[in-house]
Amino acid sequence: MTVGELEPQAAPTAATAVPLHRALGLTDDELDAIRDRLGRDPNELELAMFGVMWSEHCSYKSSKPLLKTLPTRGEGVVAGPGETAGVISIGDGLAVAFKIESHNHPSAVEPNQGAAPGVGGILRDIFTMGARPVAVLDARRFGDPAEPRTRHLVDGVVRGVGGYGNCVGVPTVGGELVFDSSYGGNPLVNVMAIGLLEQRFLTRAAAPGPGNLAVLFGSATGRAGIGGASVLASATFADDDPSKRPSVQVGDPFAEKLLIEASLELIERGLVEGLQDLGAAGITCATSETADRAGTGIEIDLEAVPRREPDMEPFEVMVSESQERMLAIVRPERYADVAAVCERWGLPCAVIGRVTADGDVTVREGGRELARIPAAALTSDAIVHHRLAAPPERRRLAPAPGAPVVASDQLPERGMDPGAVLLALLGSPNLASRRAVYEQYDSTVQASTVAGPGRGAAVIRVRGTSKALVAATDANAPVGAVDPWLGAALSVAEATRNVAITGARPLGVTNCLNFGDPTRPEAFWLLSEAVRGLGDACRALGLPVTGGNVSLYNESPLGAILPTPEIGVVGLLDDVATLVGPAFRAEGDAILLVGEAAPGLAGSEYARVAGLAPEDGPPALDLERERALQAFVREAARRRLLASAQDVSGGGFAVALAEAAIWGGRGVHVRLAVVSSPAVDLFGESPSRLVISARPHDVPHLSALAAEHEIPIEVIGTVGGDRLLVDLAGAGATGAAEERGSRVADSIDVPVADLRHAWEQGLPRALGWSQEA
Amino acid sequence: MTRIGVVVFPGSNCDRDTLRGVELAGGEAVELWHEAGSLDGGAGVILPGGFAYGDYLRAGVIARFSPVMRAVAAFAAEGGLVLGICNGFQVLAEAGLVPGALLRNRGLRFLGRDVRIAPERLDTPFTRLIGARRPLRMPIAHGEGCYFADDATLDALERDGQVLFRYVRSDGGSTAETGDPANPNGSLRAIAGVMNDRGNVAGLMPHPERAGEAILGSDDGLPILRSFVEAAAQAERPDGRADLAAAAVR
Repeated sequence: MTVGELEPQAAPTAATAVPLHRALGLTDDELDAIRDRLGRDPNELELAMFGVMWSEHCSYKSSKPLLKTLPTRGEGVVAGPGETAGVISIGDGLAVAFKIESHNHPSAVEPNQGAAPGVGGILRDIFTMGARPVAVLDARRFGDPAEPRTRHLVDGVVRGVGGYGNCVGVPTVGGELVFDSSYGGNPLVNVMAIGLLEQRFLTRAAAPGPGNLAVLFGSATGRAGIGGASVLASATFADDDPSKRPSVQVGDPFAEKLLIEASLELIERGLVEGLQDLGAAGITCATSETADRAGTGIEIDLEAVPRREPDMEPFEVMVSESQERMLAIVRPERYADVAAVCERWGLPCAVIGRVTADGDVTVREGGRELARIPAAALTSDAIVHHRLAAPPERRRLAPAPGAPVVASDQLPERGMDPGAVLLALLGSPNLASRRAVYEQYDSTVQASTVAGPGRGAAVIRVRGTSKALVAATDANAPVGAVDPWLGAALSVAEATRNVAITGARPLGVTNCLNFGDPTRPEAFWLLSEAVRGLGDACRALGLPVTGGNVSLYNESPLGAILPTPEIGVVGLLDDVATLVGPAFRAEGDAILLVGEAAPGLAGSEYARVAGLAPEDGPPALDLERERALQAFVREAARRRLLASAQDVSGGGFAVALAEAAIWGGRGVHVRLAVVSSPAVDLFGESPSRLVISARPHDVPHLSALAAEHEIPIEVIGTVGGDRLLVDLAGAGATGAAEERGSRVADSIDVPVADLRHAWEQGLPRALGWSQEA
Repeated sequence: MTRIGVVVFPGSNCDRDTLRGVELAGGEAVELWHEAGSLDGGAGVILPGGFAYGDYLRAGVIARFSPVMRAVAAFAAEGGLVLGICNGFQVLAEAGLVPGALLRNRGLRFLGRDVRIAPERLDTPFTRLIGARRPLRMPIAHGEGCYFADDATLDALERDGQVLFRYVRSDGGSTAETGDPANPNGSLRAIAGVMNDRGNVAGLMPHPERAGEAILGSDDGLPILRSFVEAAAQAERPDGRADLAAAAVR
């Protein structure tokens, strides 16, 4: 029986005013596009399958035309966008797999259970490729920390992510925690996972070989996380039926741990032809994507799918987002071995169908054919929308380099007490130590963590080699709100700089684009400009974008979030013994400032802490300068000229200097020539700058190397004592002191112990957490 | 080379680290699957960290009933050397093979950080190669690590020399009493590790297998694993086990 002969299914009840396709989130145009692809009307089950697969989340229908512009090729790229995760070769027959993904909305609904599956989903993307997950970084953004709802969300998300990650045995080694009121109604939970694999075990999420079996293993299928399709339930079953209500997916880290071990064993023993995890859109997504990638079809029998509960409707089985499930493509003669591996790990396993040559996803129940859709129509040939982008009427652009500082009536650029400002910044929610949060995660399991959370990039050694992976995430949303191109480009620059200052070579970029409603032209303009900035920065730095995730509609009744292009970078350090850390190391070492300050305080933490929006723009980024700076610092590390290297970012030069002093447990005495204004030079966040330290006899070599790269460099002082002393010099330095009639510039003079205290207490105080042991 | 078995429960997540730690310490490490009925000729057994069987009910409570634990208990009863690390310590406590219990951390949150511990005695199979090194720095990563026993039991443990490690401050000299930040989970009398009265079964919450190489920030855990491997090698020799037990019990 073919679909054409199907008995007509029950039409939506007359009581339902909304047509079924709209209830499933499909527009009238999209319904027409579905009819074009099928050459007929879809039935209800087919419509439900299209509804989930043509969702923004699965289809990238609004962002696809933008994402196509990104550079994807690069040295050693083994798998790029379109695959489950990016994979890049690191030599010795090894490769690194990495990806970042969002789990924003479930976390807002139910922070603990909502955030946890975000970890599970991204880990599955990694081990599906044959890689053992070795690290997780989580980037979270919340509203005002003083708000009770924010505190509830932070606590729940931290417990959720921690509870899951700690149990599966993958160390959480880094990430971000940022507060901004725009995230109050819509927090962001982005999780990046990194895995290591022997390249010969690289496995594709494809379904080759007609006649091969489609095997579902892991947890049974229930009514968990039935998303848009849940509406179908209310359309078909007009009566209130609690059993049909949707629910947030609930993660089971114990099942995930078993799934990791079983999947890697299946791959390493060569028992599977292809493997894909089941996430969004469940079986529908896994079958259609694997078939489409291999140019085959898949026919499945719903009766063979192990269920958690009786009486599930066909659409519920097809779109269920029950967690911790995998689809394996298996040669018939190897099934017995596959089943034995699953049994050993205590995981249910069932043959639910087979690969066909017809290119269709076919759904049967017993002998009856319920749906037949070309696999491509659900995936690679899904609808694409070319959305309208409109820039806002008024824009503030970055001041040109060297432009005179625009005086702000509100923001104290002169006449402030810089020591007091520094203490306030170090204790502010976005710059203070994250220890209270990251201590709730296991950062050392797997016994390979060389540098964990808390101090810039994370460093994971590659066991059996002298190499290490270096990873960082970053997103400059405040600048992105003013200039989305610049915000995205700065995010790439900072994340890669964080990796480069350890001496590592950045390998590739993954991204998670958190934006608003793409049908609003202004919101879509923010997205398109950000993608352009992402592409420009990656091209300038010679880096491929190997994949990622787009999260749109991040809006709540409180408004849209700041446009947040979260960037994840993985780099390779050839010899972990050459690793450069950010902390000052020895008395008497010279301190050098690399790069120079550019004007612009918009988007800075200084402006945030002052509670003001300056009229000038954010500081400009010169991508060519950034590339040269990163080349300089990597070469300096390779030649072992650096005692420490710290980049200047949030809070500016003064905070970078203070952190290096706090972490090193050492004082400093520097003299800073004010080029722009005290506020800009001390607290401005213009990019492409570093604070480095070196043994005095290495200084001439560093200066020569900087000259080769055409990078400004200046010795500004020495490491020593137990206070942080910054003397300001130069024309613009005379602030408050000038007003007092003194000819001496104001200076910073604070004990490092006080700086440490402010930095350590800031976050627990902001969140109202008691000081626990 | 001395064979050391490392038990793999479903949900163990430090098994691979522990296998490598044993190798670093000079032993031959073998996996012992949780359904195994025997210890595969191992001269010593380590129960690694993790979340055995998910630990949804209470840490270690299900693992103690697994087939391999029957073999471990029999091995321990014969004087065989057994070490439980983190979740392995919790399993040993649930099984009654070491005294006391591990309660939720004082702050009711999971804690992952470096701690300092100091050995109470150096004449045991678990501490004999530590020498003068102290305090020992290594990570903890647990939600249920607060060591608890009634006062009489604690007094007896101290009297009989069964306290193996205590949390100490970074200066190494002073014990970190309950409430001191250096005692991360609020363990009574700052106990980080104990052994049974016979001196052949021990558990500790910190992770020596994660502190076995300088590149990871500390190699202070290595002497603990080396002590265990060396003692197990001695136990393999004729009458070695009897000598060992005699040495361990005061």
